[in-house]
Amino acid sequence: MDDYKQSNLEQLEAESIHIIREVVAEMERPVMLYSIGKDSSVMVHLARKAFHPAPIPFPLLHVDTGLKFPEMIAFRDSFCRTIGANLIVFNSGEGEQTAANPWDWGTVKCCGALKTQGLLTALREGRYDAAFGGARRDEEKSRAKERIFSFRDKHGQWDPKNQRPELWNLYNPRLDPGESIRVFPLSNWTELDVWHYIHLESIPVVPMYFAARRDVVVRDHLLIPVIDRARLPPGQVVETLECRFRTLGCWPCTGAIRSSARTVREIIQEMMTVRHSERITRIIDHDQDSSMEQKKREGYF
Amino acid sequence: MTDSLYTSVDDLLRANREADQLRFTTAGSVDDGKSTLIGRLLNDCKAIYDDQLAALNRDSKRLNREEVDLALLTDGLKAEREQGITIDVAYRYFSTPRRRFIIADTPGHEQYTRNMATGASTAHLAIILIDARHGVLTQSRRHGFIASLLGIRHLVVCVNKMDLVGYEQAVFERIRADYSAFSARLQVPDLVYIPISALRGDNVVNRSGNMPWYDGPALLPHLEHVEIGGDRNLVDFRFPVQMVNRPNQDFRGYCGQVASGVVSTGDEVVVRASGKRTRVRSIVTFDGERPLAFAGQAVTLGLEDELDISRGDMLSSPHNLPHHGREAEAMVVWMSDIPMRPGQPILFKHTTCLVRGTVSTLRYRVDPDTLHRRTASELALNEIGRVSLECFQPISWDAYAANRVTGALVMIDPHTHATLGAGMLIDRRVQPEERLLAQTRHIRRETSLVAAADRARITGVSRPCTVWLTGLSGSGKSTIAKLLEQRLIGEHRLAFLLDGDNIRHGLNRDLGFTEADRTENIRRIAETAALFNDAGLQVIAAFISPYASDRAMARELIGADRLLEVFIDTPLAVCEARDVKGLYRRARAGEIPAFTGVTAPYEAPKNPDLRIDTTRLTAEEAVEAILALLRSRER
Repeated sequence: MDDYKQSNLEQLEAESIHIIREVVAEMERPVMLYSIGKDSSVMVHLARKAFHPAPIPFPLLHVDTGLKFPEMIAFRDSFCRTIGANLIVFNSGEGEQTAANPWDWGTVKCCGALKTQGLLTALREGRYDAAFGGARRDEEKSRAKERIFSFRDKHGQWDPKNQRPELWNLYNPRLDPGESIRVFPLSNWTELDVWHYIHLESIPVVPMYFAARRDVVVRDHLLIPVIDRARLPPGQVVETLECRFRTLGCWPCTGAIRSSARTVREIIQEMMTVRHSERITRIIDHDQDSSMEQKKREGYF
Repeated sequence: MTDSLYTSVDDLLRANREADQLRFTTAGSVDDGKSTLIGRLLNDCKAIYDDQLAALNRDSKRLNREEVDLALLTDGLKAEREQGITIDVAYRYFSTPRRRFIIADTPGHEQYTRNMATGASTAHLAIILIDARHGVLTQSRRHGFIASLLGIRHLVVCVNKMDLVGYEQAVFERIRADYSAFSARLQVPDLVYIPISALRGDNVVNRSGNMPWYDGPALLPHLEHVEIGGDRNLVDFRFPVQMVNRPNQDFRGYCGQVASGVVSTGDEVVVRASGKRTRVRSIVTFDGERPLAFAGQAVTLGLEDELDISRGDMLSSPHNLPHHGREAEAMVVWMSDIPMRPGQPILFKHTTCLVRGTVSTLRYRVDPDTLHRRTASELALNEIGRVSLECFQPISWDAYAANRVTGALVMIDPHTHATLGAGMLIDRRVQPEERLLAQTRHIRRETSLVAAADRARITGVSRPCTVWLTGLSGSGKSTIAKLLEQRLIGEHRLAFLLDGDNIRHGLNRDLGFTEADRTENIRRIAETAALFNDAGLQVIAAFISPYASDRAMARELIGADRLLEVFIDTPLAVCEARDVKGLYRRARAGEIPAFTGVTAPYEAPKNPDLRIDTTRLTAEEAVEAILALLRSRER
């Protein structure tokens, strides 16, 4: 019977494919949130696998805050072109939100305006009833409690204390008009699983994940990339250090770590000794004790 | 912190390529040390990062916890951290070179049965924590029952806080005996007991020097090595069609995850609903075509013929078909604040179908603490019951015991869309009473032309009834019953003795000693007694009949007015000392599973019609007492 064994990664892959297909079979207008990061790369890869030989039967949606790294945008455009994906870009930093930035508004308000409101507007305008996200339960403690099919009310809000019980692989897809679900096919993947899968499947990722010499300022344990020198507080010293990004977000709120890992293999090697979680490189998560839960309640991914 | 679990990146890469996955669920009462245990497993397997540990220390201080509270790792919601309770199932991840582990950590509060069921639904194994100082609690039994109900085949009972009872073997053994007496009634084939101290680390990752008397594995090595490959059903090929993939005129494929069994190209398959047959032409994946697909794999099947197949259809092997129909029986865990009532509309999500239907009958509710069956008119939140379902379109299904994928369903409210409950389907073939009940609805009893008084003139029994003797094995039931029969025949009253062993040799030889079989045993006996009473005979029934619910069923079938319950009250110690058949000795030696009084319970009647204390009465005196009771009824 050993011939019929599935490894951990094979089980995770099959589970994710099953989830993605369930959404397409049950929902009217699904969309996949594409954030350009490694988890998104894996999720899109799984979507291709789910429907092969057909193309991915839903669009990818990128909510662009206008504060993404230029390398991310370049990767996004070439990646989507190569795989033939239908990419929709929603610019959340336009219109009434043009003034939003973390320096004047603070990270909480900026995130709420550019990411949460941007996302909600994009989903509403597209009349999407299901949105895939690449979040994993091991990322953050409130995510550890979220369902794979996560119900959202008419305002896109999450009610963590009133979630639908989710048993086996039987997901409840039923909605009233205006309500929606967020779907997390990577719920049971860990950061290490994601990198192993990228390694095994040769999935392309943004080059920023690999070490290079970059201009940064050092703040506590974080290396803050210098994208806009005009935004540097007076007295900050710019250094050029070998570093890489463990997660990718908006550039003012994403820190790099010192690293010499230049390949996926070296990243996996580095993970054997790394002692900090990946979220620590995000400035937004630890504003306050339950900041992620709060943002999720309001409609954030 | 220990050194890295891997010596090189190649090790790590190989390990993760080959490692399999074990999902387990943990449960225990509030202070059983569950969080400490999880924290220790995560910590020793390096699954907690320094910043998470720092945040933990900070939160513990802020929330005025005396020590670092590892529960805060899993209690992810604000309300949980503030109130110090766990509301919801939390999933945690860790790995060793051999296996990847997913923990579904479920709260131990009584009202959260639904979370336990949720966590157990995808688990291979359940850990039940018992505080060595407190022993087996209601909660420990309840979790074992839910794990068994949800089809978990591996149970690990961790007797925790052994350090606080001086690492005493006797304490551990007593708890093991207690829990075994209960678990004999569960359908769990693999049950392991481990004495641990989660706080001190005894027998968690490594064997402890503090308990040299324990010769089993520590918990983590057990989790790493427990064999779960055999749990999967690789025999019955089942493929619920998830969607039809038709990108162009040249390709039509059926997407799905193989629920069970194995299929190869060229194999004949049947669409269960239509009975149409075809062959598998290709097994398509992104990574190329494959010669075969097996349980758990998500693939796309190309078929030889163009048949009418859509989402919700099930492909299976022609030699081995699932059930197909509108009606099914199920055990249900109810998860809604609004109670379940028979007749209410329900949407069933079963494999890839969503069908309308209803619960037609609520047969009984199960008390999860005692496993007793109670009659009920509704199922409230967190209650468990046995129901008959009716789907308005047929579904293709298997018994949950044989197939966790095609035997499971979720119940959804068609109006609010809330998830209401979970169901585990039951194979009718092992539950013949349903068939009988279903038939009696359509069969009208023929009225006889013979009056009861005419029969009485022949049998000499003016008011036929059944004297039901219940008591432990060796209590003296058979001796008294035989004497009673002899006396009645001597008085020219036609009496007949139904005796446990004799019935099991004939009428009930297909039945074993599981709870379900014991119940069926009693049901058949009661039906037989009722027929004999109808025939005008005086019946004497001598059966251990340990469950009150079963005796109540017998009373219902025979008729309350013609059943006399006689409790042969002999203390266990006396029965065991007599041990006429040598059964107690064998039961104590573990040779007989689920033996009443030793490893299975005996529920003494609370209000018998007659109680006979055999330590005070001889068998002859007992017979006199029963005859006096019969005479008093005939007046």
